[in-house]
Amino acid sequence: MSATGLEVGTQAVADRPKRRRFGLREWSIVAIGAIAVISVLRLVTGADDIASSGALAAAIGLAVPIGLAGLGGLWSERAGVVNIGLEGMMILGTWGAGFFGYHMGPWAGALGAIVMGMLGGLIHAVATVSFGVDHIVSGVAINIIGLGVAKYLAARFFNGLPGGGPTQSPPIDSLPDFTIPGVSDGLGTIEKKDWFFVSDVAAVLRALCTDVSILTIIAVLLFVATWWVLWRSAFGLRLRSVGESPVAAESLGVNVLRYKFLAVVVSGGLAGLGGGFLALVAANIYRDGQTGGRGYIGLAAMIFGNWRPGGLLTGAALFGYTDAVQLRGGATVHAFLLLFAVLLVAIGVWQIVRNQRVVQGGLAIVVGVLVGWWYFAVDAVPAELTGTTPYVTTLLVLAFASQRLRMPAADGQIYRKGEGH
Amino acid sequence: MKSLNVRRILMSLAAPVLALVVAFIVTSLVLVAVGDPVGDVWKTILAVPKPRQTVNIINAASVFYLSAIAVAVGFRMNLFNIGVDGQYRVAAFAAAIFAGQAWLPGWLNILVAILVAMVAGGLWASIAAYLKVKRGVSEVISTIMLNAIATGVVSWLLLKVSSRGEGSNSIETKTIPESSQLEGFKLIPGATNRVYTLLILAVLVGFLYWFVLSKTRFGFDLRATGRSESAAVASGVNVPRMVMTAMIASGALAGLVGMPLLFGQDHNYGTTFQSGLGFAGIAIALLGRNNAVGIGFAALLWAFLDVQSNALQIQADVAQELVNIIQGVILFAVVIAYELIRRADKRIEQTRVARELAAQRQAAPATEGAPA
Repeated sequence: MSATGLEVGTQAVADRPKRRRFGLREWSIVAIGAIAVISVLRLVTGADDIASSGALAAAIGLAVPIGLAGLGGLWSERAGVVNIGLEGMMILGTWGAGFFGYHMGPWAGALGAIVMGMLGGLIHAVATVSFGVDHIVSGVAINIIGLGVAKYLAARFFNGLPGGGPTQSPPIDSLPDFTIPGVSDGLGTIEKKDWFFVSDVAAVLRALCTDVSILTIIAVLLFVATWWVLWRSAFGLRLRSVGESPVAAESLGVNVLRYKFLAVVVSGGLAGLGGGFLALVAANIYRDGQTGGRGYIGLAAMIFGNWRPGGLLTGAALFGYTDAVQLRGGATVHAFLLLFAVLLVAIGVWQIVRNQRVVQGGLAIVVGVLVGWWYFAVDAVPAELTGTTPYVTTLLVLAFASQRLRMPAADGQIYRKGEGH
Repeated sequence: MKSLNVRRILMSLAAPVLALVVAFIVTSLVLVAVGDPVGDVWKTILAVPKPRQTVNIINAASVFYLSAIAVAVGFRMNLFNIGVDGQYRVAAFAAAIFAGQAWLPGWLNILVAILVAMVAGGLWASIAAYLKVKRGVSEVISTIMLNAIATGVVSWLLLKVSSRGEGSNSIETKTIPESSQLEGFKLIPGATNRVYTLLILAVLVGFLYWFVLSKTRFGFDLRATGRSESAAVASGVNVPRMVMTAMIASGALAGLVGMPLLFGQDHNYGTTFQSGLGFAGIAIALLGRNNAVGIGFAALLWAFLDVQSNALQIQADVAQELVNIIQGVILFAVVIAYELIRRADKRIEQTRVARELAAQRQAAPATEGAPA
């Protein structure tokens, strides 16, 4: 057994011609295009909530923990250690935030979440890096232990406190949040006007400058910092080299095990902070089962983002948005069925006309028509199904773009010191 | 040769024993650090189980065993089927619906429902297998995603077909007819509850697992692929087909996991149907080293801890989730111990071979050049 698994089906295809790098301009075009599509959809379906600042603010709140968990995954996997223990580390983080947050204030709560997550990371690091245990096995064990530790400690320490119980902590004080005065209200006025596109842009901007938690800002800074550290510093180059080719890295004098160890511990801290966000900002309370599989969604977002911070951010935003839209009722998700239907038919036509792939194109058109029929046949999509959106999206991305995704070359491989000599 | 075998046996026993000792120490340390009564906790967990609890342990172990075997089939060929958790729920749901319709009488209904479960589990697993073989998607990721999707799809379908029982809040499928409910065996004297009839299924599956993997060509190919994919390809194994077969077999076996519960206890599939069995199966398969007998012991140990910890809250005022810590530590300790022992074993083997070679070389000059 090894996390690298069998090689069947993963053989690389011949190099594609190098595509243009995605720069700031391309990202802006994508963002503006997305807003334009959403505003058309809002006009056509009349589902106003898909672009309201309320839904978008909720989306930001839901995207942050996913993003932080994914960022944790990014650090660890860039150093070549697969981390499916993110969920367990997040759970530890929620407890840390609840315990330290209640006793010593919300800032200590954030710190406690990071420390508890790092403890989880430390166990993963000792097992995988020092002892060479299979990464998946260790991750599964971390998830078992994390859940047990949080529930056990919660019952031990929160029971009997005012407002607390065996499964939840007493309320924690809030962290400060920011609103840009004036701008927020002004944008709110524009949003209410219901102008095509302009109101939607206003809603996005309003969500970005109203009641933004300080932890959200810190999370964004952590994204920037991660990008800079991993892709622009010598330290990051070494860390990534450890994930790509540990033998080569070691021959150049990099202490492979130390880098891996550090990366996994940082990974745990980030995942823990993601859990802390859930307890401190999203709920103001620790609750059993609070993470609800967000560690796995974070992992999915990282894979969706092709092991890069920008892509990861897109994935986290997308999954956070679907989550927020789903929480605001089936009618909102319903509107997206129309979008999917149109997209699928368009893809189908494209495949047939441009690529001469009749079977694939035909299949896409058929599915698209079915989704369109679904849109007109029902009034709402059941919440149970919309909850699976992130997972289905990830599976589809993996199925259709797996040849374009490239994970670190030595990801999941167990390395022993001096192996290459 | 004989002494080597004794050493092997000792070494393979050393790891689990060491793991239990480590788990005992670590858990005690946690309890002391937190300020919980260490003595009371161990007295509760290590108490001799009463007849009623013995039955519960056997029942829980039979379910764990099926789950672990399903995982182990994948493990033996280097496939990580994290998806047993989703597969068994999809399968149990499908079987519950089929059996609830009561189209067939008595035993026939049970047998066909079990087949339905295997097909449903196999089909759900085949998605991951297809993605692995045709699109190169790691089965670890795809099965994690499929677990979550299974949760959503099953709870949606459950709402569609459910009949809400009178005065109860639980949502469940139609109860299977009484003629298809299994009463169980009175195996333990003095116990009022019974051992699942489908314990037989677990024993049968265990035997088949051993037989197919150790005694058939298919089993050999499967293990060879797990050990060295390139060697297997060279010896003519069609690896993509093996991946498909092993993954679907694993899913079909996962389909059996819910059967003892369905026919012996719940008699329908509802929101209260036991969850998380798939992840326990992963841990138990690792603990039992993917060996049919080893997994049996591991399942019993896991079930013992689970059942015994139920009384923790009452007897020692400690949350029963403590058992997850114990189980997690055992799992960590055992995989680390196996790794350390593997390294030690390799080192001993290397020095032995080196010594023998050196001895040969010393004896060699006399016969050098002479035909052997």
